[in-house]
Amino acid sequence: MMRHDTYRIGSFEFTSRLFVGTGKHADFETMTRCLDASGCQVVTVAVRRDVLSADGRPRAGNILDHLDLDRYTVLPNTAGCFNADDAVRSARLGRELLDGLGNAGAKWVKLEVLADRKTLLPDPIGTLAATGKLIDLGFQVLVYTNDDPILAKRLKDVGATSVMPAGSPIGSGQGILNPGNILLCLEYLKDGDPDYPVIVDAGVGTASDVSIAMELGADGVLLNTGIAGARDPVTMAAAMNHAIQAGRLACLAGRIPRKRYASASSPMDGTIGPTAPPAGTV
Amino acid sequence: MVVVVNGRDEVVDEAATVGDLLRRFELAPVRVAVEINRDLLSRKQFDATALHDGDRVEIVTFVGGG
Repeated sequence: MMRHDTYRIGSFEFTSRLFVGTGKHADFETMTRCLDASGCQVVTVAVRRDVLSADGRPRAGNILDHLDLDRYTVLPNTAGCFNADDAVRSARLGRELLDGLGNAGAKWVKLEVLADRKTLLPDPIGTLAATGKLIDLGFQVLVYTNDDPILAKRLKDVGATSVMPAGSPIGSGQGILNPGNILLCLEYLKDGDPDYPVIVDAGVGTASDVSIAMELGADGVLLNTGIAGARDPVTMAAAMNHAIQAGRLACLAGRIPRKRYASASSPMDGTIGPTAPPAGTV
Repeated sequence: MVVVVNGRDEVVDEAATVGDLLRRFELAPVRVAVEINRDLLSRKQFDATALHDGDRVEIVTFVGGG
């Protein structure tokens, strides 16, 4: 059933709803095994200055030696950019790289314009400005943002391909801190446009966080540290794979309403003991 | 002349191109993207683009990230 549960983000179509970052891994082999176990089709990467050494010393491996570019669509991010101009430069550099490598990820970017090194929270003003500039440059822009429903709507209005509200600060492992806001983001973004893709990005600490995001109605989840920082990253990647599918199926199936009192699953009639004492007589 | 590559001064020949710079650092053109003075350079222009004294060159690649 999940095989046919496809969804679109801009010009892209995927079945896996998990986007997995490639940072913070102990080594490339662990990263490769995690990506495989996660079932993801999209991997994020960052753009950084290359290591310049012409003195014959062996260069540390490049991630491009380890990523199967025929298998994964690369989503370059603008992580580490603290203003709109740098984010635009970073996005264009990433596109140039992916163009040369023939990867479809050249068409899109994960925009991050951060405000503060301590929290890595997005700068909403710079984020909105950069979104417009990147759209003008032909990018499909997936925007990392706060879980602010109003800003989310503004970003969609200027043409963001996907809005990606944070569950909690990047790498914090705090999970979905404000499910109410994520629900409002989903409501505002999908109003009259139910297929508009919303990805919960950042803050995942463990598998249940992924399921919760999906149960709220997100179209996908983007995470990195939740896998890379686990004691056993490959097993956690498999857990995330199950969690994203569990959450998606639960969302489709519809959770039961929360009730104040119990509702027996087994019939209360025909029990062999005395009838249950009336409420309030315990 | 001196150009600034990834924040570091590098002495290069007068007629040096971006392509020469990549060869010096043993970098495959397909693995990098290059900016000169904050302008993106298409990889097709690497060998045709001459460096000038004081140019600020950024040579970037992909690294793991989230």
